[in-house]
This record gives sequence, C-alpha cells and structure tokens, in this order.
Amino acid sequence: MADFWNFYAWPTIIIVLQIVAIVVPLLVAVAYLTLAERKVIGAIQLRKGPNVVGWFGLLQPFADGLKLFLKETVVPSGANRGVFIIAPMATFVLSLVAWAVIPFDAGMVLADINVGVLYLFAISSLGVYGIVMAGWASNSRYAFLGALRSAAQMVSYEVSIGFVIITVLLCVGSLNLSEIVLAQQGMWFFIPLLPMFVVFFISGLAETNRSPFDLPEGESEIVAGYMVEYSSMVFALFFLGEYANMILMSAMTCVLFLGGWLPPFDIAPFNWIPGPIWFALKIAAVLFLFLWVRATMPRYRYDQLMRLGWKVFLPLSLIWVVLTAGVLVATGWIPVTSR
Amino acid sequence: MDAMLREYLPILIFLGLAIGIASVMVAASYFAAAQRPDSEKLSAYECGFEPFSDARHKFDVRFYLVAILFIIFDLEVAFLFPWAVTLGHTGLFGFWSMVAFLGVLTIGFIYEWKKGALEWE
Repeated sequence: MADFWNFYAWPTIIIVLQIVAIVVPLLVAVAYLTLAERKVIGAIQLRKGPNVVGWFGLLQPFADGLKLFLKETVVPSGANRGVFIIAPMATFVLSLVAWAVIPFDAGMVLADINVGVLYLFAISSLGVYGIVMAGWASNSRYAFLGALRSAAQMVSYEVSIGFVIITVLLCVGSLNLSEIVLAQQGMWFFIPLLPMFVVFFISGLAETNRSPFDLPEGESEIVAGYMVEYSSMVFALFFLGEYANMILMSAMTCVLFLGGWLPPFDIAPFNWIPGPIWFALKIAAVLFLFLWVRATMPRYRYDQLMRLGWKVFLPLSLIWVVLTAGVLVATGWIPVTSR
Repeated sequence: MDAMLREYLPILIFLGLAIGIASVMVAASYFAAAQRPDSEKLSAYECGFEPFSDARHKFDVRFYLVAILFIIFDLEVAFLFPWAVTLGHTGLFGFWSMVAFLGVLTIGFIYEWKKGALEWE
C-alpha cells in the first residue's frame, strides 16, 4: 500500500496539479488575449475598444464567455451529430495538450521528453483534423469550402515550418526544447537565422489562420468558413482553441528563435528577473505583432497565398537548410551530441 | 516509475484532463441553456435561402494535388529530423548524401512547378 502511494498516487497528484498550473493561466491568457486584440486594434484605429464592462473593459472576456455559455447549442439537422460535436473539442484539446512540452524555465517543464520538437510538430499537424471534421460534419456549403481552404493552407505552410525547425535543429543537435533554449545562451537564433525567423513568423500567421491569411473565415465571401454552423459552447471551444494556438505559436517562436526564458543580456539588472517572466514578456511581444499585422494588412487572395507558400517559402527554406548544414559542417561548428 | 513512464505519463494525463474539460464545458452549456430547436433554425445556413442541396458534392481536384505534394514534402522533413540531430557524427558524408537526396526531390519539385501543379488561377 505504501508502495502504491509513493510510486503511483503522489506522482500522479503532483502531475495533475502541475497541469492545472499550466491550464488555468493559459485560459486566463486566452481570455485577455481576446480583450487585448480588441483594445490594440481599437487603439490603432483611434477607437477606445471595449470599456463598459469593468474598468477599462477588463471583465469583457468573462461577459462574452457567459453569453456564449447560455446560448442554445444548435446542431443542424443535416449534420453528423457525433463528428460535429467532437470537431471543436479536438481543436481545443490539441491546443492545450501541446503545452505539455513547453519549458517555462530551466527544468520547469511538465514532460521533459527528448523529442519535444517532434511532438509539437505532430500536435500542430493534427490541428487540421478539427477543422476538416467541422467542415465536413456541418453539411453546409460554406463550412465545407472554408474547411477545404483552411486544410490546404495549413498543410502548405506546415512544410516550410518543418524546414525552418530543421535549420534550428542543425544549430542545436537535439530535439529537446530545453536544450534548444540553452543553446541560445551566446546568441539568440533569430540573429544568425534571420530569414528563417521571418519565414517562421509568417508561416505561423498562416498556420493559425490569422490575418492576412484568414481566408478560411473570410467574412466577406464565405461568412465564417468552417465555423458557420457552430453556436454556443462548441463555437467557444473553437475560439479558445484558436487563440490558445496563437499563444502556442508565439511560445514556439520564443523557444526556437528568441531564447525562451533567457534574459537578453546575462548581466545584473536583467538576470534578476526570473525566467518565466522573460518568457511571458517575449510571448506577449510576439502576440502584439500578430495583432498589429491584423490591424494593418489587407487579406491575401487564395492564389497569392498558395504561391507564397509553395513557390517562395518552400524553395527558400530548403536552400537555407542546405546552406546552414554546409556552413556548419565546413567550419566544424556543428554540435556533436553524446546521445 | 521508470524513465519512459515518467516522461510520457504527464502527456497522457494532460490529454485525459483536456478531454474532460472540453466535455464538461459542452455538456454544462447544453444543460444550462434553453434548447428550443425548430426546423428553420436547424437548416444549414445559405444566405437566407432554403438550402438547395447538401454539401456532399464534388470539389476542385487541386486540393487533392496539394495534399499529395504535402505528403511528399512532409515525409522529407520527417527524414531530415534524425539527419539534423546526428549531422555532427556523420559529418561530410552525411551532408553530401542528404544533398543527393534533396537534389532528387528538387528535380521532382521543378517538374511539378513546370507542369503547373502549383498554379491557382
């Protein structure tokens, strides 16, 4: 019995508490990201944004959540009920589960697996399923077209994201996310790999279906794309999942290129601030870029979107992989890991 | 617990908890909100028209093409992962063999490009 407690029960309870410590701040961050988006875009367009519910509109996200919670769950009569309900749950669950491997500080990670990057890549690939399932199960023209567009778009940019990740791996020699961050102690990777950083950020916009690549939702042509038949909490799950994915994409950008939890300079005033705060600040900065782009850029046309993905980013990132590998091997800078 | 379990159990528990949270949210909202379905409300949205037919119809073949291209290149990326991590050990030999492999794929890519598989007019 003592064995059971020491070896199974306590570790499990601790793991559950750690998960709660990740999920609760994440969901609060998602709630406030929706408010931040409206405030930032409001400020850019010289409006005030939401400012009625609570001080400066600080309670607005919760009012929105409560409204969605108390709406009727409409399942269209032509829809496949099971798949229709599972689709948003899949999007939401995947966007949460990916956070298991993100390191918040040295050793501060839920699952320190040695294939962390591969896990993140796999989970973000699975994200397409939620959208395809939603579009097919709704049995509505708009939803179907939106899902097709979205799937093709996410799949196209995933390839260049893969190549960008490879260039970072070449400089690190490990798939573990903590080791990727620690390898950036001398110099953050966005300096030597600047073109790949730009490709990764733009692909991240496309991958999360953000403006200027938000054609899947394109309000002016296909209403709301794959979400058109959704209401109430099933819609809210899509919404939460999308914003959690945005935060995840920013976190990935920080881990791969902006030195994760590391301070910008390892000298006195900077390294007093603990790692998780640096990490959060960097994520917030990248998220601000996401919002800024949305307020500034007009939407891409679909053929332009596909051309950018396949004819510009794919060759560019492929060449950069070969170039990085060549330079590292020729100069002998390539890291030799013992594992 | 052994090392493997210690590394991957948190992910499994996380998955279970996340599914639990999502289910509870949907179920709670379903029972908390008034459900008054009627046939108009449940018909598929089509700009205010009666829906002409359902959405199970043919679509552009280019989406298949994108999917096939994706499989080729994503598989290529999957091959590159172990190569990138061990390049310190394989050195020049590893580098040139991967260049040969990527060269073959690039020829295929150029062929697709010239054939117009990447055009969306």
